[in-house]
Amino acid sequence: MLDTPPRFDPLPAAPGVGYKPQHYSDLMADPGPVAWIEIHAENYMGDGGRPIAQLRHLTERFALSVHGVGLSIGGDGPLDGAHLERLKRLIEWSKPASFSEHLAWSTHGAEFLNDLLPLPYTDDTLTRVADHIDQVQHTLGRRMLLENPSSYLRFAQSTWSETDFLSELVRRTGCGLLLDVNNVFVSASNLGYRPRDYIDAYPLDAVSEIHVGGHDEDHDAQGNPLLIDSHGTPVVDLVWALLDYTLAKTGPKPVLVEWDNDVPPWPTLRSEAARAARHLAPTVR
Amino acid sequence: MTVEQSQFRAALLDPLQPVPDDLLGPDGRPGTDRFSVYRNTVTVSLRDALGVAFPLVAKLIGPRNFRPLALDYARAHPPTSPLMMHYGASFPEYLAGVAALSHIGYLPDCARLDLAMRRSYHAADATPLSQARLAIDTPGLMALRLALMPATQVIRSQWPLHDIWAFNFVPDAPKPRAVAQDVLITRPEFDPAPHPLPPGGAAWLDALGRGQPFGAAHDAAVADTPGFDLAQTLALALSTSALADAPPQKGLMNE
Amino acid sequence: MSNTLKTAAIAGAVAAAMTAQATPAAAASMEKCYGVSLAGENDCAAGPGTTCAGTSVTDYQGNAWTLVEAGTCESIELPEMADGSERKGSLEALDRDLPA
Repeated sequence: MLDTPPRFDPLPAAPGVGYKPQHYSDLMADPGPVAWIEIHAENYMGDGGRPIAQLRHLTERFALSVHGVGLSIGGDGPLDGAHLERLKRLIEWSKPASFSEHLAWSTHGAEFLNDLLPLPYTDDTLTRVADHIDQVQHTLGRRMLLENPSSYLRFAQSTWSETDFLSELVRRTGCGLLLDVNNVFVSASNLGYRPRDYIDAYPLDAVSEIHVGGHDEDHDAQGNPLLIDSHGTPVVDLVWALLDYTLAKTGPKPVLVEWDNDVPPWPTLRSEAARAARHLAPTVR
Repeated sequence: MTVEQSQFRAALLDPLQPVPDDLLGPDGRPGTDRFSVYRNTVTVSLRDALGVAFPLVAKLIGPRNFRPLALDYARAHPPTSPLMMHYGASFPEYLAGVAALSHIGYLPDCARLDLAMRRSYHAADATPLSQARLAIDTPGLMALRLALMPATQVIRSQWPLHDIWAFNFVPDAPKPRAVAQDVLITRPEFDPAPHPLPPGGAAWLDALGRGQPFGAAHDAAVADTPGFDLAQTLALALSTSALADAPPQKGLMNE
Repeated sequence: MSNTLKTAAIAGAVAAAMTAQATPAAAASMEKCYGVSLAGENDCAAGPGTTCAGTSVTDYQGNAWTLVEAGTCESIELPEMADGSERKGSLEALDRDLPA
């Protein structure tokens, strides 16, 4: 636990978008309601060139969220110290308002598997993840946010609910949470529980950012619906409704629209951000 | 039993491996088919990343050949860094070992070109050489040490490598002729571009990059290629911002 | 070539190369930052679909695999070579064309 977490400007309680390089000029010229952007940290760890130059210009204009996808905080080995140092350098020069990572693993030994892989919720996992969060927060000198995963399966060995597991991580490490309501919707459908029950059990006081995004609908071999967190379509009405339910409890929060596959032209993403703004408006007191 | 991450990983990359039996669907039955979401994401994301990263190779052999080839490479050689921008460093050597591709002898060099373009794209920024640095007396010129821009890449090839690239990506470019071409890749601003290097140019740039003085670098180039044309090669290097004004600095983010 | 002649030739070549140059490009502006990225990026989305490529046993099995419909390599032809054979889609290593 950090003794005295340093203070940084928080992200504005307004719409943000997952930044895509193809939107650079359009976003600069016509951001619409977009007040902040989120980048995937690993794409800005090169030595220079266009990605770095774009980010420098973007940070003069927008508040920044650095969202890591490669730290493997749930990995059963030690954290990659070189990668943590790269994160530290990126955060030092880009000065984001927020840094977040995932409750997942992606690195095994020397291999990086390029996916957010699931964890069993056990005492052992809790200890390991809490140790890794401590290490990250100490190295970066700031509080991090942890995001709930999309689940397709559950582990028979799990002894904690996901919401209790996250609450305990917050209690042990002082980290904040990034609540992805699309992930809640996807996991609830795939594992057979009510999304609102999850929100009711979730430690909402720790939430500093919310994600919404699109998913695909498929079926498993038994014919049960199987939702895939593909970020390749508009956010569905039921997820917007779950966002409303959440915001009614939390008050206004930074809300990010994620769109990573089949990335649309800027006006489409901007209108999704505008929709997020409409869902945020009633919560502003 | 518990699901070790090593077992999970083995099943991810090898569809013949059993799915860990601790994983359940919502009805409590084994979630074998649901595990395929992870299998699919890992393999398809790596395969598609290779397609973006090796555009010349993908175009030369066509998507119907590239996709299964890249998928097999991805399973045998998953990334060793969380930075996907670096993925595929061993792809050229891998291609060289594929029997079905052996009749396309230039393919590994094309993969090296794709790799060099990507390295150039992400290389550190630096200030190109100012011509004023060359406007000095002859002894000073002979002793002058220059550096390559961090984004400068040189590929030596026994194939018409530049013209194979141009044939695929430059409208109306002619078919490659039977000549050996070394390729210079530079990035004047943000977009790397390949250029055919005059004979001996690779040796000259290599010597400059190793810190050899201007005169010694010329000797090295002439030793490699007796007819080395300095004026032509230097004009290319200056016009494409291949040379740096000073030894390369670290990336901007390291300031 | 004597050392004096050599250095004179080098100086002459440098002078010739410099006269050929235009003014260097200005520093990259905000507008010039536009452009697409060159490499596959790190992402946090699942791949579309649940089967196909991820679960196929393998499409490519070493020597058993053969090229199907090919890409542009089929159109790369070289002129008739010295030995008279047509080299279509299969360039062979060539000796560097060294000046005498």
